[in-house]
Amino acid sequence: MKARLLAGALSMLLPMIALAGEYDLTVDRIKIDTGDFVKEGIGYNGKSPGPELRFKEGEEVTINVTNNLDEMTSIHWHGLILPFDQDGVPGISFPGIKPGETFTYNFPVVQAGTYWFHSHSGFQEPDGAFGAIVIEPEGREPFRYDRDYVIQLTDKHPHSGDRIMRNLKTTPDYYNRQQQTVGEFFSEVSEHGFMDSVKDRLAWGDMRMMKADIEDVQGFTGMINGKGPKQNWTGVFKPGERIRLRFINSSAMTYFDVRIPGLDMTVVQADGNNVQPVNVDEFRIGVAETYDVIVRPRDAQAYTVFAESMGRSGFARATLAPEEGMQAPVPPMRDPARLTMADMAGMPGMDHGGMDHSTMSDMDNSSMAGMDPSSMEGMDHSGMMENGDEVSDPFYAKGSGIAPTAANGGKFLSYTDLKAQKPLYEDREPTREIELRLTGNMERYTWSINGVKYEDADPIRLQYGERVRFKFVNETMMTHPMHLHGMWSILDVGAGEWNPIKHTVSVQPGTTLYMETEVDAPGQWAFHCHLSYHAAAGMFRKVIVEGGPEASQPSTEAATDAGGDA
Amino acid sequence: MNRTKSLMAVSLLGSVLIPAVVSAQEMLSDITDRKKPITIWGAQFEEFEYRYSDADEELAVWDADIFYGTDDLKVRWLSKGEYAIEEQTYEGLENQLVGQVPISKFFDAKAGVRFDTPEGPDRTYAVLGVAGLAPQWFEVDTNFYVSKDGDTSAELDAEYELLFTNYWILSANLDATVAFSEDREIGVGKGLVSTETGLRLSYDLIDRSFSPYVGVVHERKYGDTADFAEADGGSTEDWFAVIGARLSF
Repeated sequence: MKARLLAGALSMLLPMIALAGEYDLTVDRIKIDTGDFVKEGIGYNGKSPGPELRFKEGEEVTINVTNNLDEMTSIHWHGLILPFDQDGVPGISFPGIKPGETFTYNFPVVQAGTYWFHSHSGFQEPDGAFGAIVIEPEGREPFRYDRDYVIQLTDKHPHSGDRIMRNLKTTPDYYNRQQQTVGEFFSEVSEHGFMDSVKDRLAWGDMRMMKADIEDVQGFTGMINGKGPKQNWTGVFKPGERIRLRFINSSAMTYFDVRIPGLDMTVVQADGNNVQPVNVDEFRIGVAETYDVIVRPRDAQAYTVFAESMGRSGFARATLAPEEGMQAPVPPMRDPARLTMADMAGMPGMDHGGMDHSTMSDMDNSSMAGMDPSSMEGMDHSGMMENGDEVSDPFYAKGSGIAPTAANGGKFLSYTDLKAQKPLYEDREPTREIELRLTGNMERYTWSINGVKYEDADPIRLQYGERVRFKFVNETMMTHPMHLHGMWSILDVGAGEWNPIKHTVSVQPGTTLYMETEVDAPGQWAFHCHLSYHAAAGMFRKVIVEGGPEASQPSTEAATDAGGDA
Repeated sequence: MNRTKSLMAVSLLGSVLIPAVVSAQEMLSDITDRKKPITIWGAQFEEFEYRYSDADEELAVWDADIFYGTDDLKVRWLSKGEYAIEEQTYEGLENQLVGQVPISKFFDAKAGVRFDTPEGPDRTYAVLGVAGLAPQWFEVDTNFYVSKDGDTSAELDAEYELLFTNYWILSANLDATVAFSEDREIGVGKGLVSTETGLRLSYDLIDRSFSPYVGVVHERKYGDTADFAEADGGSTEDWFAVIGARLSF
C-alpha cells in the first residue's frame, strides 16, 4: 500500500498542473413536452435530457449534484471507469443523495468517447433523468470530422415509471398492442393453410407465449435530444462536411433501428471505444449502448435520421439539414416483427420433440435444427440464408424473428463487425468462466438471473486481477442489454485481441453470448439488465471485487486514484 | 449551465496525505427498495354492468378484484354483486378475502373466507382455490367452498379473450357451480347447481383502464336447484342483454 501511494505521488508530481473542471447539476421536477403529450418528469438543470457534459481525458472532474426533488436521487456515469464510490448507485456505491442535499462527485477522467449519465434511483431515469457525456481524447482521434452532434434517443411514455411497473406486474401485456388478432389468423390461413396456422397458434398457446412479445412497453413517443417526431430536432451542416453523430440510447425499454436514408454511415465507435471503421446502412442500438457514426452529406438537402423501435411500435426522428426548418420525407415504419420458435429455443423444458418441425419451420421461416443455445460456436456463422438472400446475424438465434435487415436491403451492423481500434488489454486466457442464465416469467413479470431475483440473490464475487469469462444464456424470449458497472465488457465476437470493448452487451433471445472482463476495479458494482422494468423486477446483481490495492471501502477522498490503471 | 472550468493545481495533499486507513471493513450493503420485493396494488372491475333480462328484470352487477402484495404473497378482496333494481334487493352479494401464493409458473393457490350476504339467509364459507393461466390462454379460477354447516361446493370460472383487433376484444366466460350437498335454505340442490355464460364485446377506450362493452349473458339452474327455484316461483333460465365497462385502476 505504501509503495503504491508513493508511486501515485510520484506520478502526480510529474504533471504538477492537471486539468480540472467543476460542474453543477441540479435535479429538478420538470415538464416534458413530446409534441404528442406533456408530462411531469425529472430533468437536470431544468431540462431533459440534461446538459451535455463535455470533459477532457485526463481531467479531474468535480460535479456538484443538488437534489431539488422530494425523494432520494443519484447519478451514475454510464460507462465511465472510476472509483466505485463515485459510480452513483444507491446501496452499492453510496447511500444516495437526500432531498435538498448537494453531493460532490470527484474523479479523474481516464478515457475518451461518448457516454451518458443517468439517475440510478427508482424510475427517475425513465422519467427523464439522463444526459450525455462527451469526452475529448488527449491524443488525436483516429478519424476526421468537422462537427459533432449528440443524438440521444429515448422512449418517452405518458405514464410514470411507477405506474408502468405496476401495470406490467398486474397485466403483463398491458402495453402490448401488437398481439395477434383474428385478422392476422386469417391472413396466416391464406398463406400457410388452415391446419398449419391452427398448429402454430396451438404451439404458442401451449407455451403461453406471445409471438408479439418484443416490446413490453408500447405507446411511447420516440425522442431525439428531447424532441418528438413532430418537434423534429435538427442538426445543421455545410454540404461536404463530415459529421460525427454520437448516438446514445437512453430509453427505458426500447431498442431502435437507426438509418439515415440517402447517407452511408461509418461506425467508428461503440460504447465509447473506437472500433475499426465499418460502413453500414442501418444499425440497431440497444438500450444504454452508444454508437458514433460519421456521415458526409454532400448535397444541400435535408436528411431524416429515422429510428424505428425494434418492435415497430414507435419511432424517433430528427433531421440533418443545411439550415433549420428544412425536412426530408419520414419513411413509414415497417411491419412489426414476430418472434419465432427459434427465439424460444433457450427456454428450459420446451418439448421440441413434440412439435411438428416441418410446420414450424414453414411458419417461422426457421430451421429447428441446430437450435442448441449453449454454443455460439455451434452456429453456422456464414451460410444461414434468411428472407432469401440475407445472411443472418450469428448474435441472433438461427431463424430468429427479430434478426434485423436493412430497410434498403444493404448492410445492417452486426456485433461481428465490431473490432477494437486498439485493444485496451493484453489478450489472455480467462481465469474462469461464470455462467449467467437470463431468466424470467413474462406472465408474472418477474425477471431474474439464474432464476433468482436480486432481492433473494447473493453478490457475485470476483477476485482482483482475474479475467472472467461471462457466459450469458438467454432463456427468455426478450432481448436483454446487460451492463456491468466499473469494468469493461470485452465482447467475444471471435476476433481475439480485437474483440470490441463495451459497457453494455445485448443478449438476444435463444442465444448464448460470451464476454470477458479484466477485473481491475476494486469495490462493489452493479450488474444488470438495462431495461428499466426488468432491472427493477429482479434482473440485477451486485458484483464484489475482492482483493486489489484498495480492498475495502475507502473514504471518498482516498479513492480518487483508482480506475486510472487500466 | 453554470459551468466553470479552470486550470488548477491538483492538490497532492488531498489525495495522498489523507491516511488511507483501509483496514478490511464492511462494504455498504444494499438496503434500498431495489433489494426489497416490489409491492403493488390493483383494483379491477372485470364486470361493472347493467343487465336487462328476457323477463324484463333489471340488474346492476359487478365483479371486482382488489389486491395488494408481492410476487410471493398477495391479499385479494373479491367482490361480486347482483342488485335487482326494481325490487331494490341484492339477489347475490358475495365477498371473499383470500391470501394468494404462487404454486407453479402459471398458477396460484388461494385460501381465505367468503361471506354471502344477499337478501335472505347469509352464509360463511372457507375458500380454497387455484387460479392461473391454462394452456391456450384460458384464464381459469377454481374454488372449493365449505360452509360453516359443512356444506361443500365447487366453482369453476374460465375466460377466453378473442382479439378482433388489439382494441376490440370479445371475451367469453363460463362460470359453473357444483354442490356436493344440499342447502335447501338458499335453494341449492346437490349436483350441478348453475351456469353463467357470457359473451362481451369491449373496446379499450383509455389504455386498459376503461373498456366499455355490450354483451349477452345466459344463466341457468339445473337439477334440484332448478326444482327449488320453480317451487319458490323463480326462473330457472334467463337471458340478459348487458352494457357496462371493464375498469382497472
